[in-house]
Amino acid sequence: MTRDKGGVPRKRFFVGFLLLAVLLAGVVSYFASGDPDGLERVAGDHGMAETEKEHAAGDAPFADYGTEGVGNSALSGGLAGVAGVGVVLLVGTGVAFAVRRRKSTE
Amino acid sequence: MHVPDGFLDAPTSVATAGFAALGVGLALRGARRELDERTAPMAGLVAAFIFAMQMLNFPVPPSTSGHLLGGALAAVLVGPWTGVLCLSVVLLVQSLMFADGGVTALGTNITLMGVIGVGVGWLVFRGLQRLLPSTPAMVAPAAALGGLLSVPVAAVAFTGLYAVGGEAAVDLSTLLAAMAAWHTLIGIGEAAITALTVASIMTVRPDLVYGARAVLESRELEIRTPADADADTDGSVA
Repeated sequence: MTRDKGGVPRKRFFVGFLLLAVLLAGVVSYFASGDPDGLERVAGDHGMAETEKEHAAGDAPFADYGTEGVGNSALSGGLAGVAGVGVVLLVGTGVAFAVRRRKSTE
Repeated sequence: MHVPDGFLDAPTSVATAGFAALGVGLALRGARRELDERTAPMAGLVAAFIFAMQMLNFPVPPSTSGHLLGGALAAVLVGPWTGVLCLSVVLLVQSLMFADGGVTALGTNITLMGVIGVGVGWLVFRGLQRLLPSTPAMVAPAAALGGLLSVPVAAVAFTGLYAVGGEAAVDLSTLLAAMAAWHTLIGIGEAAITALTVASIMTVRPDLVYGARAVLESRELEIRTPADADADTDGSVA
């Protein structure tokens, strides 16, 4: 039932897609560039950064993509990334199922 | 391109929050037409994937970086309204959980990366779909061009907001040139990641790519009764 025209079964595709996101956020993120992004660069170069305020959630356990209390930077960032993928997946899927068309009502 | 607290003044932030709320409200209604039992899981996965990709800053020489915004990618994979919802969820979680993007700037960030990023990405994609040959092979390149343009447009939109309500005295033409230049470079990375992702999914499950529906439907000239269409929740050919 889940196989479509010889393609990858839907469930397997979803699991693979999720594992890829976990791998990217949990492991590959360690190798990401630490340089300022485009907006941060421009803000620093042209004076916008002077008025930046400290973030209200700056003391949150995963603030700045690190895990509070974890010294190892690869582990700290990896755990934060995986936690983020999990939370975004839950909230995103929840919203999607809340607004989707329901077969029974049609 | 996550705007922190303190860049824009309170009235501008209130205005962008109102605009973002309107955009998300419309998206909640519009996404109903895009999502069904079969594609709803895709929306959560696309949001999670974009969150992960946004952590992967790629180098933009000299000594700058960029990351995927994902507006065009989300629009092509799950539809523009659902795409706005995906980006909004990502930006909300980033701001509250990771202190990335100001809390008072959440409306600004949803406006720039959610509404404008997704909107420009989708409009460019749809425009190209009408111009280019209607084949599955054109879906990924069209999505890439949507991504390429969405990033500098969002950057220019930020400059517009800064012109209205920026807190620091900055020369606006200098700001415009710098924002446009850096984000045109970042847009190239956006295009590459968008192309690679869409092309990969087109290879394994083209039926789960929202932007490919028009192309795929024109190829399947099968006659379906409404009863068949309802029973066929999994996209499989009966």
